[in-house]
Amino acid sequence: MAETWYEIVVEVLKRHNVSLVTYVPDNVLRPLVAAIEADPFFTAFACTREEEALGINAGAYMGGVRSILLMQTSGFATLPNVLASLSVPFSIPTVMMVSERGTLGEFNIGQSLVARTMRPVLDALSIETHTMTRLDEAEFILDRSLVQAFATMAPVCFILSPLLTGGKVFSK
Amino acid sequence: MAVLSNHPVNRDQAKVMNRYDITKRLVGLLHADEAVIGGIGYTNFDLWAASESASGRRQQNFYMLGSMGLAVPIAMGVAIAQPRRKVFALEGDGSVLMQLGSLSTVAARKQTNLCVVIMDNGAYQITGGQKTATGEGADIVGIARASGLEQSAWAADEDAFVELVARSLKEDGPWLIGCRIDTAKPVDTTERDPARIRDNFMKGLGVRA
Repeated sequence: MAETWYEIVVEVLKRHNVSLVTYVPDNVLRPLVAAIEADPFFTAFACTREEEALGINAGAYMGGVRSILLMQTSGFATLPNVLASLSVPFSIPTVMMVSERGTLGEFNIGQSLVARTMRPVLDALSIETHTMTRLDEAEFILDRSLVQAFATMAPVCFILSPLLTGGKVFSK
Repeated sequence: MAVLSNHPVNRDQAKVMNRYDITKRLVGLLHADEAVIGGIGYTNFDLWAASESASGRRQQNFYMLGSMGLAVPIAMGVAIAQPRRKVFALEGDGSVLMQLGSLSTVAARKQTNLCVVIMDNGAYQITGGQKTATGEGADIVGIARASGLEQSAWAADEDAFVELVARSLKEDGPWLIGCRIDTAKPVDTTERDPARIRDNFMKGLGVRA
């Protein structure tokens, strides 16, 4: 039985046959990446840029394989062009999971500023977005949203709040 | 790669070819429903033009509508999803310069069923012919080799291009073929209907009925 947020993510991804995982690393995502890389069900690797990873996932979808892109807030900020010119117009269900920096104790001003661009971009493109804050809601949000993304062929973005993950804490 | 030693060692030694002509030669060599991803700009338009025949337009092509630089990543995604199908990425020099990291990702994953074809005229032609860095000394084949893509070569001329494509169809890659091309206008313009492009491509790949 899954007990942590990342165990729940792994379980729900497998249930929905999401087998390709591309990512640009992030400290908060570390246990999720480790769990995925330890599981032979998944093909997982790091990419040099988030938009490169999104392109790989789009190609994989058209080739019949479901995928997810893991990144942090600053990485999401590199994606508006490809979301608007690839995922949305071509109806490709790009699944994104963003570890949320820039809030609830951020120590880097660059992170706190870029984080404010994320939700307006998602809203401008009408992309289904869920901020995940509670362990008891995680399975329901992920499960239902993956059903919806693939059924409606629309992107979806899961924002992992520090309320769920603990976030990255300030240390001198 | 000693076997590639008969090819030009750098960009300056490669013959300047015609984009439509070599795209037509490439398409003519595809007999096993290979997937082809067309980057943006005139590379894309000439793939569209070269894929028309008496029996209709070949279905296993994907035409990007923006997202400059993503032909190689999209092709790699298809290649991962369908490891028994050969997948080609057709990309311009300006586009590949925008996403050079993708060459090292392809190399690191040893994506054996992938072949990248770079159409290099040293210019952002569709926006008015402004120079790219390849006209100023950047060598895409050299960059590809240094990124870990050992099987990278300049096509000396049209015959060498055909030979390299034929090898990429028979032997494991990843491959990268550098092509110096002229600045001729494309023969046609790609239809810009994303839903239809995607649906055709997925049908062509057997993902949809």
